[in-house]
Amino acid sequence: MTTILGIETSCDETAAAVVVDGVDVRSNVIATQVDLHARFGGVVPEIASRAHLELVNGVIATALEDARMTLAEVDVVAATHGPGLAGALLVGVSAAKALALVLDVPYVGVHHLEAHLHAAWLEDPEVELPMAVLLVSGGHTLFVAVDGPGRYRILGGTVDDAAGEAYDKVARTLGLGYPGGPVIDRLAAEGDPRAVAFARPMLHEGLDTSFSGLKTAVVLERRRNPDRPVADVCASFQEAVVDTLVHKLLGTAEACGARTLVLGGGVAANSRLRARVAEAAAATGRGVLLPRPALCTDNGAMIAAAAFARLAADGPTPLDDGASPGLRLPEVG
Amino acid sequence: MTTTNAVEGTRALGRALATVLRPGDVIVLTGDLGAGKTAFAQGVADGLGVTDRVTSPTFTIVQEYAGRIPVQHLDLYRLGSVQEVLDLGLDETVEERVTIVEWGDVALEALPDEHLEVVISLVPDAGDDVRAIAATGRGARWATFDLDAIAGPR
Repeated sequence: MTTILGIETSCDETAAAVVVDGVDVRSNVIATQVDLHARFGGVVPEIASRAHLELVNGVIATALEDARMTLAEVDVVAATHGPGLAGALLVGVSAAKALALVLDVPYVGVHHLEAHLHAAWLEDPEVELPMAVLLVSGGHTLFVAVDGPGRYRILGGTVDDAAGEAYDKVARTLGLGYPGGPVIDRLAAEGDPRAVAFARPMLHEGLDTSFSGLKTAVVLERRRNPDRPVADVCASFQEAVVDTLVHKLLGTAEACGARTLVLGGGVAANSRLRARVAEAAAATGRGVLLPRPALCTDNGAMIAAAAFARLAADGPTPLDDGASPGLRLPEVG
Repeated sequence: MTTTNAVEGTRALGRALATVLRPGDVIVLTGDLGAGKTAFAQGVADGLGVTDRVTSPTFTIVQEYAGRIPVQHLDLYRLGSVQEVLDLGLDETVEERVTIVEWGDVALEALPDEHLEVVISLVPDAGDDVRAIAATGRGARWATFDLDAIAGPR
């Protein structure tokens, strides 16, 4: 039995989790979802590495508590070592290395996107391979062919804005606040997706996507027709995004002979995207895996799961290895 | 002040600006949502020999690229305070690279005093794809800078 403590601090969330043997999630704590405000007495700024620094020890302690374990039972300590904000990454990496040193156990540095791919195995260890995975969040829109742990090929991605970023900026344009994804998803359910015929950029140009022009189209449409119901704009925008994402995910599946369609990343919580991906899987005779939102957004469990596979393949990461803000996903073609 | 008629024109202007840039230069990009700040940054990066795909840094805050001159591409859109910008530690990283900052106007006081501000605006009356682009330099480095001269005849 290998108990891994996984730590994630690459962007907005301070997260930690305890996972046994790469699949058994004993705890999964995300700072923005637990009542750490009281513990630290104040507001939690989202991004500053200072915030991660203030939160990381409390999050780790809570993860161990939730798992009913002590530090002495931890066999491996893992952390995201890239890509991400240098200062933010360093907090998690330094905490993990300090614990590994004190406990005299291996440290494993994990690639953030590889960890997102492992969320699929956390949800279903028996998922049928190959998988076509859409990683879609505020910062990423990636189409990845996965043949197994450590065997990934990125077949497409955004050439400008990520899908989640388009949601947030469109929400701002429509005066809906931040974050934009959930509120647009909710309003879109009441609107007419055919109200505005937004273009589907790059729909027939390979597996890359572009959402910057769509964002601009919403801005211009708003100036032209300020009285159009917001729900109709939301529904039309969301349909354009989802059409594009589903089309390219199916293209990815065809390119790699995928047996299963998989979603990951924060936007994977979008109800329309989940429904359309499930429909597309059924229509093409493929399986579908839609991990629960707690495993889709940034979290520590996926870090521990990826570390379990990396440790078996490559062994521990040297303690003099730092954080790599521009780290690339190791691809096997 | 110059105008571009398509996103490719905005990118080309960025490419033209790149020809006069050197390490330590800071470009602050401001303008409406959807005006083309990332497209302009893509042009600058391309002109500086960056071959990687340059995508919006809104969520990642900072992205670094290797090139003839290294480039760091920032976006302060999601940062709420001057302190958060100071926490990025730009003072330590501007010297050896060209720094491009989108939405820099949210925290100008946290950015180096000497910089070139490029303002990109939508001009809806002239057409959906038309953009007005103006540049204002601050500090000795930019004293004689003229965007129209860089843009050339078009």
